[in-house]
Amino acid sequence: MLPLMANILGPGKVPLTLEINARRVEVSAEPRATLLEILRDHLDLTGTKNVCEMGECGACTVHLDGVARYACLTLAVEAVGRRVTTIEGLSSANGTLHPLQQAFVEKDGLQCGFCTPGQVMAAAALLAENPSPSHDEIRAAMAGNICRCGAYPKIFEAVAEAAARMKSARQD
Amino acid sequence: MNPFEYASADSLDDAVALLREKKGRVRVIAGGTDLIPQMKSGVAEPERLVDLKGIPGLDRVEISAGGLRLGTLVPLTEIASHPGIRESHAALAQGASAAASPQIRNAGTLGGNLCQRPRCWYFRNEDFHCRKKGGSECFALEGENKYHAIFGGDDCCIVHPSDTAPALVACEAEATLRSPRGERRVPLADFFVLPSVDVRWENILAKDEILVSVFAPSPPPGTRASYTKIRERASFDFALASVAAVLTFEGATCTRARIVLGGVAPIPWPCPAAESVLVGHALDDALIAHASNAALEGAAPLSKNRYKVSLTRGIIRRALANLNASKEGT
Repeated sequence: MLPLMANILGPGKVPLTLEINARRVEVSAEPRATLLEILRDHLDLTGTKNVCEMGECGACTVHLDGVARYACLTLAVEAVGRRVTTIEGLSSANGTLHPLQQAFVEKDGLQCGFCTPGQVMAAAALLAENPSPSHDEIRAAMAGNICRCGAYPKIFEAVAEAAARMKSARQD
Repeated sequence: MNPFEYASADSLDDAVALLREKKGRVRVIAGGTDLIPQMKSGVAEPERLVDLKGIPGLDRVEISAGGLRLGTLVPLTEIASHPGIRESHAALAQGASAAASPQIRNAGTLGGNLCQRPRCWYFRNEDFHCRKKGGSECFALEGENKYHAIFGGDDCCIVHPSDTAPALVACEAEATLRSPRGERRVPLADFFVLPSVDVRWENILAKDEILVSVFAPSPPPGTRASYTKIRERASFDFALASVAAVLTFEGATCTRARIVLGGVAPIPWPCPAAESVLVGHALDDALIAHASNAALEGAAPLSKNRYKVSLTRGIIRRALANLNASKEGT
């Protein structure tokens, strides 16, 4: 039998160091804890919503190293050593909303608002990669986020509006 | 989710040793997009997870004159958007881009997509001790079987849910597997097994074995390929039926054809009868109709999925007509 070099953690609680919204945080959790549980229940970052918990709705969308992911399908232990960004980390430190957040407000990109943090995070990942998406590209990039109220037309409008504003801000 | 220990492997040797130690009670995790829901719904209760993401090189895409090698950790997003893959193996890129949602494609890997477990709602529900879970009954055979198999499902009528598998089988890909006993290579078509061979598992992987990489040879000049998927919900969904078609033309003549179906059988389902209708001929509407009829011969629909027969016939016809037209356009 080979000597095992790997570090085996758990099944009980283990200390985890995470980088969330550019801050280092220490938590103690079992390996089975999802990133979603840690954000909401350990760190009070409740902007990331818990809905289906099965990777089907998008309400828990966060960024892992800048890429959109479902926090409900990510173990916290898998996020060690990676940059996690949640909706709380999207606005500026002084409270100024991200252009996407501002556009969702102004364009009424929501009704009940429960899916909105996930929608905004999915859109933010899109605009980081593709600053001038077409309508079809917006629809494709937002396909993993369900809106129970059916506010899709306004959501797509808000994303397009934010893209336009961010583009003109860059050109100023 | 049941409690488990988590081990991050540094090497393949490490990973297979970690698997072997608790053989059968360990699962590998890469993207986790299928495994975590299985654990949440109680259909997988591993004592240990072995994370492959720390193993160097498993996320590599290598394109050479001979073909395309993809490590098991290559994310679906990268396969879908990689210009080289879109050029050389269009059906695969289209399959990856048709899979799941953007967030799942960002996390999900090629290996995970090929090894994902079936979506059958009896299998996914811990209250049904079905044949796939060691029970004596397939509840779908007489039950709610709208999304189930029309081919090869006599013992357990799941369908294989992968969108990359039909494309890669149509590309005549080969899989490299690794266990404590060493490495073996198998045609990807032989990687998947019918329930009549193993009702408990959908592929030949031993409990201490890992899918390491997949190699798809470069297609001959004149090859056109596509992946066509029909889903009930347009945003993201598993296939009701899909078809990977890879055709090679010399002038107007089809000299080689590979047609593999997804969403209709417990494995990616090859259609040799349809392929032989096409080879040696210039394609026209009548021949394409003949081939798509041949593909569905022997289909055995269940009480609630008869629609899959005509649906599948239709998408084969559409795929072949589009490929034939794209050939004429060049």
